This record gives sequence, C-alpha cells and structure tokens, in this order.
Amino acid sequence: MSPVHRADVTAAPPAPGKTPAPRVVSGLVVRTRGAGLSLRVPGRSVAVGTVLLAVLIVLMGVSLTTGDFELSVTEVVQALTGSGSPGADFIVNTLRMPRLVTGVCVGAALAVSGGILQSLTGNALGSPDVIGFTNGSAVGALTVIIVLHGSMTQIAIGALIGGLATAAAVTLLIAGRGLQGFRLVVIGIGVSALLLAVNSYLITRATFQEALEAQAWLLGSLNNRGWSQANAIGIAVLVLLPVAFLLARRLAMVEMGDLTATALGVGVARTRTLLLVVCVALAAFATAVAGPIWFIALAAPQVARRLTRSSTPALVPTALMGAVLLTASDLAVQRLFTDALLPVGAATGTIGGLYLIWLLVTESRKSRA
Amino acid sequence: MTGNRTPEPRLRADNLTLCYDRRTVATGLGVDIPDHSFTVIVGPNACGKSTLLKALARMLRPKAGEVRLDGAAIASYRTREVARRLGLLPQSSTAPGGITVGDLVARGRYPHQRLLKQWSAEDETAVVEAMRRTGVLDLSDRPVDDLSGGQRQRVWLAMVLAQQTPVLLLDEPTTFLDIAHQIEVLDLCAELHARQGHTVVAVLHDLNQACRYATHLVVMRAGGTVAAVGNPADVMTAELVQDVFGLPCRIIDDPETGTPLMVPAAPRRPAPDDTDGRSPAAAGLPAARR
Repeated sequence: MSPVHRADVTAAPPAPGKTPAPRVVSGLVVRTRGAGLSLRVPGRSVAVGTVLLAVLIVLMGVSLTTGDFELSVTEVVQALTGSGSPGADFIVNTLRMPRLVTGVCVGAALAVSGGILQSLTGNALGSPDVIGFTNGSAVGALTVIIVLHGSMTQIAIGALIGGLATAAAVTLLIAGRGLQGFRLVVIGIGVSALLLAVNSYLITRATFQEALEAQAWLLGSLNNRGWSQANAIGIAVLVLLPVAFLLARRLAMVEMGDLTATALGVGVARTRTLLLVVCVALAAFATAVAGPIWFIALAAPQVARRLTRSSTPALVPTALMGAVLLTASDLAVQRLFTDALLPVGAATGTIGGLYLIWLLVTESRKSRA
Repeated sequence: MTGNRTPEPRLRADNLTLCYDRRTVATGLGVDIPDHSFTVIVGPNACGKSTLLKALARMLRPKAGEVRLDGAAIASYRTREVARRLGLLPQSSTAPGGITVGDLVARGRYPHQRLLKQWSAEDETAVVEAMRRTGVLDLSDRPVDDLSGGQRQRVWLAMVLAQQTPVLLLDEPTTFLDIAHQIEVLDLCAELHARQGHTVVAVLHDLNQACRYATHLVVMRAGGTVAAVGNPADVMTAELVQDVFGLPCRIIDDPETGTPLMVPAAPRRPAPDDTDGRSPAAAGLPAARR
C-alpha cells in the first residue's frame, strides 16, 4: 500500500520561462568563460579590508614621520630607499621601522590566532590570552629572565617554548574528547590560572632587578624592538597567515558543527588540528617578540566580523584589524604619553577591557531576550 | 533479511557493533537500505536508531562490522567522495551568525567545489533548484536567524538537497516542529523520494507518521537489535508494538491512506465515583474540579 503524497503543497513548480535564475548567494560572482575558474567575492569584506589597509598605511606614515624628530614623507621615503641623510636613515631604519613592522605583524598574528580559536571553539572568549597560551609563554620568558638570566633572544625562545608547551598540555587534557569549544575554554582558563600562580612564584624568587625586568616583559611592549624581532615575527606571519587564509573556507564549514561539516565532506579532525597548530604558533611567536599583549586576539576578530557582517570567519580583514589596533595603540602610547614610556600592553589592555565589558553586557542581554 | 541472493543495495550496515566510549549500543546489527526506498527507522528511546544512522553516515566508526556504500566499505572513501553520494541532516546544526538563507543552502555545494572553483553554473542551478523544491527561494536574502523553526528546517533540507546526493539520511527531521510543519517536512521528503528517486532514510519518533510515509520500515528494540523490517502494512502489528515499546494498542487502517494506524489502548483505571463511569465531557458536565 503506498502512502498518499500531497506533493505540490510546499514546492513551487519550476517555472521554465524564468531562465535567468535569481541571485541566491551574497557577494559578487566572478567566472571565466570556460568555467574553469569561479570565485565568490564578498563585496563588503573587500570594502572593509580596503579601508583598513588605507587606515593602516596612514598610521604607518604618521608613525614614521612624527615623534621627537619630525621627518617629511620625502625624507622617510628617501631613508627607506637608502638615499636619505644619515640622521633620517638612523631614525627611520633603526628606530622606527623595526618597531613598526613588529607592531603590524604582532597585531595581525594575534588577531588571526584569536579569530581561528574563536571560530573553532564557537566562543567569543576562545582567545589565546584567555585560555592560557599567553601565560604559558610568560612562564617560559620569566624562567629565562629569572632562573637562566638569558638575553632578549633567549627570552623570546623561552616564551615560544612555554606557549607551545602550554598548548600541547591543554590539547592533551581534552584529548579523545574532540576539541569541543566550551571544554577547551574552561580547561584553558583553569590552566591559565595555574600558570599565573607559577609566574607569581617565579617573581617572588627574583632579585629586585630581575623582578623589574620580568614586570617590564609581562606588560607587553614594542619599546626597543629591533630588526631581529621584526624579522622573526615577519617570517612567522609570512608563512602562517597564508596557511590560515587557505584553511578559512574549511573553518567556516567546521563552524556549523562536526556532523554537518563531515557530512559536507570536510575532514573535521584534520582541519581542527591544522588550524590549532597555526593558531598556537601565531600566538606563541607574537608573544615571544612583544610579550603578552592582551585583548588584540579577543577584540580584533569580533570587530572585524561585525564590520564585515560576514557569515564566515573573515580572516583577512581580521588580520588588518589587528595590525591597525596595535599600530594605533602603539602610536597613542608613544605620542600621547611621551614621558611615561607607557608599554603598548597598557593601552590595548584598557581598550580591550572596555570592549570585553561591552561584549559581555550585550551578549547577556541578547541571551536574556 | 540480509540475504545474499539479492544484489547488494547501495547502502548496507553489515554486522555492526556500535559503541560510545565504553558503552555498547548495538551488536551484530545488520540493515539493508533498499535502493529508491523511503526507509524509516523507529524504536523506543535509546534503542540506538540515531546511532545506526550516524554509523550509516560514517559519523561513528563501528567497533566491528562495516557500513558498505556502493559496494565498498564507507571508511575506504575519502570523506568528500562520500559527501557526493550521501547527504545527512543531523538533529542539530549551527547556522553561522548572520548568514543568509541563500548562503547557507550554497554551503551544500562544498563537496563539489574547489578553492578556485567556488561557484560554478552547476552550483547555482543546484542551489536554486533545491530552494525551489523546498519553497525557500523567496527567502534567499533573509538571515536564517530570523526564520521560524519550520522555515529553518526547510532551509537545512534545501542545503542537503543542494548537495545532490542519491542517498539522503535524516535524523529526526521533525523534532521541534509543530504538527503542521512536521507533515510539511515529511510530505517534502516523500515527494523527493517519489519524484526524484532519492533513497531516503529517516529516523522518526511517531509510529503513525512512519507507517504513513515509509515504503520500508525498520523497527528496532532496546539493546540495538532489529525487531522487524519490511513494508509497514506487513510489519505493523499490535504484538510488535507490545513487544518493542511495551505499549498495548490496536492497529487500525488510517482513514486517509489505508496505512496502519496505531491507537494506544486506554488505561483500565477504576472509574471515578462521581461520573458513574463516564468522563465528565461525555456526561455533558463542565470539566471536573479535582
């Protein structure tokens, strides 16, 4: 006995006359004639990215031209191309440029690291500084400063090892259970608190001089960053960001849940592992060269996603947003608080703290609504 | 039931042992999904019917036995290749915040796309067709967050249809929907099965809906074993329901379709004194105060 099917109730009959199909997806579609190549260009993300890039270039220009010694744009360009006066050359190429490159790269690295983690965990708090990676880096750095009395490079290596080890430990703690969002965040926060205690203990064991140095590192700063730091983070960003951008499409699919993503042909476990490695490496390198800089990783992806109104993790605008935020913060502490030698971490901490409060207030309102 | 004389169906579960961590849900479970059937899996809570569906969709690796798809172990395929042959609508999926209906349905094309082939003409045709068939084409610019539960379920169904797989697995597609939307979704599934020749496998809770829509019924009992399989009209008996669900009932003909209709037996409680064996409504009295 075959059931009665009330067929045409829900489905509109296909209209053969209506050949030009309505546009169903957002963004521009670019196709080559042979259909060998077809791309979807998210218009709003491209626009936001362009504006952010313009802002970043302006910020970089201001950073290079202003300060204790004002330089004209021409002088800066001459210095950069190697034909400037010795004074301008020193100011631009030795003092300002490495700091600027470090800031831009660290900002981008932290933002993308946070963007990946927030997307993987499905949680706005899933950020490397909240779930302990940054405190892990701090343990590594403080150990080098206080116990081993190492150089700046050794401190960076210590921070790198500390961050990676913490990430490995957190991953092991949730192993076998999948990298489920809430679990990762909660365990990460626990590990973070534990590591904070270790840091406090290390500082109590330090001499006054060591404690000062440790405290300076812990605030996160771009002061006195030279080409060795700029090159290290520059190479890390050049290698890791393209990998992250390539994996962004899969990341967008994983956001829909493991079952749905697998059903649509995404190797979820492999994608998560790859992305987590990229995320951890970016955060560890950034923290190694600049110390812990709070809240860029937390705030930049959220702001970028709200601006682009993108339904996918918009990693390119996120990277630009991180670079803009950190460069602007650094410019602010350099030019507005000239005498205080305020570390940039203080500025991002203030901005980020306000942002976090706003986020929590609006999110809780939304969930109550 | 898993006789070797008939040619192997596209999708078959062969002697599966299914476990979550250390808890064993089923052992020796074998089910054939007849090609071009609308197969419905029913059974009491926690009998492993959703677990079986998960195994069929390669979401759960069996401890023993194997799921076979098109003559080969499903585990031997690349996951993207499976996604071109078999679609799954899980019980719950997360729509990315702010995504539009069109963009969400378009994600069903993922297994057919490449990094530099993100939106071909075929993708567009498939998505428009899937949206037309589920009646969500007019909603394509609307954010999924704004839709009602029934509309949202049709959007997810459209996404799975856009995947253009010959086999569709649906895990309780009617949960959280009111009765009108349940029927709407089931009608749609029946239409896909009847018109497009899709093989549809659904886990359902409602026995009467299962009997009405299924061409092939798989009844599971607690412990993850199959109690009966076949055409609902042949399979559905009062004894089976008593055996599997522990529920006394009568089976009558559905007045609309003639398919089996399960009517639970009324509990034989001692009649309340004041109504003399009749319910208040039957006695023409206002609802009794307790």
